Amino acid sequence: MKPLQPVEPGRRIALGVAFFVLFFAGWAFATLGGFVSKTFLADPLTMVRSGWELLTQQGFAHDVGMTMWRVIGGFIAAALLALPLGTAMGAYKAVEAFFEPFVSFARYLPASAFIPLLILWAGIGEAQKLSVIFLGSFFQLVLMIAVSVGNTRRDLVEAAYTLGARDWGIVRRVLIPAAAPQVAETLRLVLGWAWTYVIVAELIGASSGIGHMITDSQALLATDQIIFGILTIGVIGLVSDLGFKRLNRRLFRWASL
Amino acid sequence: MSRLSIRGVGRSFAGLHGAPPTLALQPTDLEVADNDFITVLGPSGCGKSTLLRIVAGLDEPSTGQVLLDGAPVRGPGADRGMVFQSYTLFPWLTVRQNICFGLREKGLPDAQQREIAQRFIAEVGLAGFESHFPKQLSGGMQQRVALARALANDPKILLLDEPFGALDHQTRALMQELLLSIWEQHRKTVLFVTHDIDEAIFMGNRCAVFSARPGRIKTDLAIDLPYPRHYTVKTTPRFSELKAQLTEDIRAESIKTVGMEH
Repeated sequence: MKPLQPVEPGRRIALGVAFFVLFFAGWAFATLGGFVSKTFLADPLTMVRSGWELLTQQGFAHDVGMTMWRVIGGFIAAALLALPLGTAMGAYKAVEAFFEPFVSFARYLPASAFIPLLILWAGIGEAQKLSVIFLGSFFQLVLMIAVSVGNTRRDLVEAAYTLGARDWGIVRRVLIPAAAPQVAETLRLVLGWAWTYVIVAELIGASSGIGHMITDSQALLATDQIIFGILTIGVIGLVSDLGFKRLNRRLFRWASL
Repeated sequence: MSRLSIRGVGRSFAGLHGAPPTLALQPTDLEVADNDFITVLGPSGCGKSTLLRIVAGLDEPSTGQVLLDGAPVRGPGADRGMVFQSYTLFPWLTVRQNICFGLREKGLPDAQQREIAQRFIAEVGLAGFESHFPKQLSGGMQQRVALARALANDPKILLLDEPFGALDHQTRALMQELLLSIWEQHRKTVLFVTHDIDEAIFMGNRCAVFSARPGRIKTDLAIDLPYPRHYTVKTTPRFSELKAQLTEDIRAESIKTVGMEH
């Protein structure tokens, strides 16, 4: 092995899968071998069995659907507002000077700490769950989009000016397309974080969702179900991430040439 | 009347942390006639690029003013096309879309944009590369597209800021011939900044030589080699004479810049 030397694609996948196998083997060895008490950690087989039971008999699919809708709904709302604001901040320094200090401050406010307040304001319905996701992703998105737009190469902007572009043309035809791949990457990243907020939101005051199932299972000491819930999130995260990556590569082919 | 008048244009930059302002360009005059191909020659850091950027409207003069066809220049515009030393093609646009950038900004109908783009693509010898992205092209090809993009806009004057500076020697020589043949055909007014003496003589009908930083134009030399010029002109006695003269000029200035006076 030499530093920075690439691996061929086939071997890359094999190595990635190998660690998953190793991980599950280690887990199976620790639990089935009797090294860890069943009360603390269920073994993989029990986990799969109770996962199947959850899906077929206890309507877990509905929980998964609810959680996905909350993540996607809250995230889309945040993105719809963050895209224009972030772009305006990146493009116009006065707008940035006006919003940036507050957004930087708001970014560090933990979304989960707002849950009690949000329950007070929005009840325990869907609005509260969506608000948590929104708060958790909006400020991050705004800042990262502003940075991407603001980092557009100056010489491209100058070239556009000498070709007769006006200020609005610079924003629309240079800043936005130049920052687009980076912005898409930001969306992908922050969507991942949104998943962590939704579970926290569902742990408190929810009657459906993956997080709600996990809290219920905790009362029953059903570690198999808890682990199945966690893994479900992991799998959804992995799949959506791959999808997002592929979509970005297709949309912005020029960026990966 | 001159196409372009540079009148007492100087530029100083505000000093950092209360330091006195730095003078980058001493007040300079230059008259550019229609169809002139003026090469601006000077050691690095002499302010020649600053002058070009001021003409382009990308920078503002601290003193003096620039007149284009008698009207003062205020900010950048499509009437002054520019090719930069760095590769400034828009990486998300194909070759054709890059060339159409300014035409689209003008609001020309699509069919007309395509027709103009095609003409200039052919002119810079890139037929067949219309749908390539800039990253798929070599440096020389990218600069040819940049040249076509500037020309397609039909500017009153073409500003070139060491456009071939990043290219290897052979490509560079070919690019000079290409630009020269395009100029001989269209007779666009050109202001070409370079630090390469051969380049300055080979292409220009006049050469403005800059003094060391803070620079100003210290000599304005007519290059009396006949057009059309063939690359073999570089081996003629007259070329050598001019080169000897400019080398002497530039060398004196470079020594001042580097601080190696003895």
